[in-house]
Amino acid sequence: MSWLESLPNYTAYGTPSYFIYLLIAVLPMGISLYFGKRLAWYEAIVSFLFIFFMFDGSSAPQMLSLIGYVVYQTILVMGYFHYRQKKNAAGVFYLMTLLSLLPIIIVKFTPAMVGHNSLLGFLGISYLTFRAVGTIIETRDGAVKDLNWWKFIRFLLFMPTITSGPIDRYRRFSKDYRKVPSREKYLEMVGKAVKYLFIGFLYKFVLAYLFGQVWLPFVEHQALMYAPHLSWWVVAVAYVYAGDLYFDFAGYSLFAVAISYLMGVETPMNFNKPFVSKNIKEFWNRWHMTLSFWFRDYIFMRFVFLASKKHWFKNRNVLSSVAYMINMLVMGFWHGVTWYYILYGFLHGSALVINDWWLRYKRKHLHIKTNAFTKGVAMFITFNFVVFSFLIFCGFLNTLWFVKH
Amino acid sequence: MQEQIQQLLAEATGRDASDFADTTEDLFADGLLDSMATVQLLLALQDEFDIQVPVSEFDRSQWNTVDKIVDRVKELENE
Repeated sequence: MSWLESLPNYTAYGTPSYFIYLLIAVLPMGISLYFGKRLAWYEAIVSFLFIFFMFDGSSAPQMLSLIGYVVYQTILVMGYFHYRQKKNAAGVFYLMTLLSLLPIIIVKFTPAMVGHNSLLGFLGISYLTFRAVGTIIETRDGAVKDLNWWKFIRFLLFMPTITSGPIDRYRRFSKDYRKVPSREKYLEMVGKAVKYLFIGFLYKFVLAYLFGQVWLPFVEHQALMYAPHLSWWVVAVAYVYAGDLYFDFAGYSLFAVAISYLMGVETPMNFNKPFVSKNIKEFWNRWHMTLSFWFRDYIFMRFVFLASKKHWFKNRNVLSSVAYMINMLVMGFWHGVTWYYILYGFLHGSALVINDWWLRYKRKHLHIKTNAFTKGVAMFITFNFVVFSFLIFCGFLNTLWFVKH
Repeated sequence: MQEQIQQLLAEATGRDASDFADTTEDLFADGLLDSMATVQLLLALQDEFDIQVPVSEFDRSQWNTVDKIVDRVKELENE
């Protein structure tokens, strides 16, 4: 094990030189795709190498967890797939889903219960879980026709997106992978990949660096001088953190999508100008879209389906409100079992409920004409609410109020 | 069938059927349809036309106009 720990560790997209290695490794795949073929074996070897170097060195303990996790999920997913070819009991589906969620539940709850991190955890577990559980749900719906252990692992460990998504779905991914894009289409994808890499560089290595490494430490330090009292510096922390979070995550997402495109897979985008959103509903159609849509499709809509069929609620608006709260609270817990993550989920759930109420009220009772001014006000309110929620999310208030200095 | 669909949309969204007169309008983009109403609509389509649409198969880009909904229902009816 110590030889493993002595090897150099390469964080995904961590340094400009990482990109050079990655692009050189991906080049043969690109050339092959240009000539109409996928080099599945070569891709597997490259993926294995890059993943190996993400989990060696100081991250070596995580490698065992990753391997164990992949074996566990593959057995579950393949087992359920074979079962589903003959039968379709609801109880079996719920049990398999719960078993698939078990590792992440343990990893998220362990720190809250015993005060230290679980040994099962590894970088990316939160995102791989979406892929595994999503595949089980797609299988339940009869939407998955071709699946074997090899295809599943290739989907689960798709190297460009392994650390933090974007979250893809098995059916969409395997449809992409099965066919090779036409030369014209592939060149279009390469063009987009280049554009996304450049924007990603600007976002992650310039803007996120400014917001997160230069300004954020400064404003946090100023705010902490007044601890535990609030000050205008806390407001600054909120806005600076929002900038850091967006440019860092959007930058990473652009890298992941760009490398995916070079490998001939159209991984979905994560961000679409989120801060022009006119209300919180629109925000969740523009911010971390793959996460939002996964929750919408697999939690919100499925819950509403079940509740509607079984007539659990008389009032449709109560149903949608409950569904919003469940959806957003689960999202909060998914980030971590910490008061500020849960509060973040609660805030967004409440905002969605209030927004829906407001939209209904506005339609029925008020006849406000929409113009540039009203849109501006809407964007202003939405943006500031979101920044406030990010202040909660970043946990700075926890440091300000509860950590001794 | 188009009128039937417009009526079902009205019931699912709590609006008037006349709100869905433009059959090429993007219902999601214009805020006429959301996830909640989608589920109500799919359940109503299940009752009316005896077709099943699992959530995993529901792709908004294939269902976002009245015309497209009519097409999808016709396809599924014939399956």
